[in-house]
Amino acid sequence: MSARPRIGVVTFPGSNDDRDAALALELLGAEAVPVWHSDATLPDVGAVVLPGGFSYGDYLRAGALARFAPIMAAVRTFADEGGLVLGICNGFQVLCEARLLPGILRPNESLAFVCRDVTLTVERVDTPFTSRCEPGRRLTIPVKHGEGCFYVDERLLAELEGAGQVVLRYEGGSPNGSVAEIAGVVNAEGNVMGLMPHPEHAVDELTGSTDGAFVLGSLVDAARDRMQARAVAV
Amino acid sequence: MKATVVVRPKPGILDPQGEAVQGSLRQLGFPVEHARVGRVIDLELEDDDRAQANAALERMCEQLLANPLIESYEIELAEEP
Repeated sequence: MSARPRIGVVTFPGSNDDRDAALALELLGAEAVPVWHSDATLPDVGAVVLPGGFSYGDYLRAGALARFAPIMAAVRTFADEGGLVLGICNGFQVLCEARLLPGILRPNESLAFVCRDVTLTVERVDTPFTSRCEPGRRLTIPVKHGEGCFYVDERLLAELEGAGQVVLRYEGGSPNGSVAEIAGVVNAEGNVMGLMPHPEHAVDELTGSTDGAFVLGSLVDAARDRMQARAVAV
Repeated sequence: MKATVVVRPKPGILDPQGEAVQGSLRQLGFPVEHARVGRVIDLELEDDDRAQANAALERMCEQLLANPLIESYEIELAEEP
């Protein structure tokens, strides 16, 4: 079997970071497999990425309509069975609306679209999305969003903090008003993650930071392990 | 049958859009203390059974039209013609 793990990248109507996500994954050693929103099934992949963009024009609420795209039923089954799912920006919004992740992303407190590099602290390095980070690692990765204000009520926040589900936090204040400066969370099982910053835009020195490789590279490693384990089992 | 759904930000939830609207209204000279911005969705249903329509509207709100984490909703069914 090839050592290049296959990772699905879903394109919704209005996704616009699907190609960058695929390019970044390929650069990091994966084979990016395009997945169309109206497909009913996922191809044989070790992980799935829901990319950034403005699926369905962000109508109603960002991510609210993409949640009901046919492919999302397959993504939910994949996640329920322990499959690795990473949502970036709009993908994070879709995962929250689909209740695969806790909370919701609201319009930025400033009402302004933010587009700049942010510094993140990695709070957990034992997830399939951060395994390439050493404890205390800081990442410089760009954000670009109008609706990135992560919201959970106090009770749910205490639950997330208690369970260690906050994986990434903005350093020096959040760019969007997120509670507890939260930039990225995982589900309780640890196989689904969402983050607002764009690691796929930070994998080449040409565009500044290469810190995005810490996140996507970790995912590539984990997807490879899973595909190899599956091949051995068969 | 016609129905209207009103979706509002829940009390206590920060509503930056409402704050911006309030600020602009004050700038225009209107003494507005608070403004909250929600959403109105007008629907025309195939169903003519009021109880069934109400139940369906509840499900629409829970599943799609409102996000219960941050929004509340009200359903209004039009009177019989």
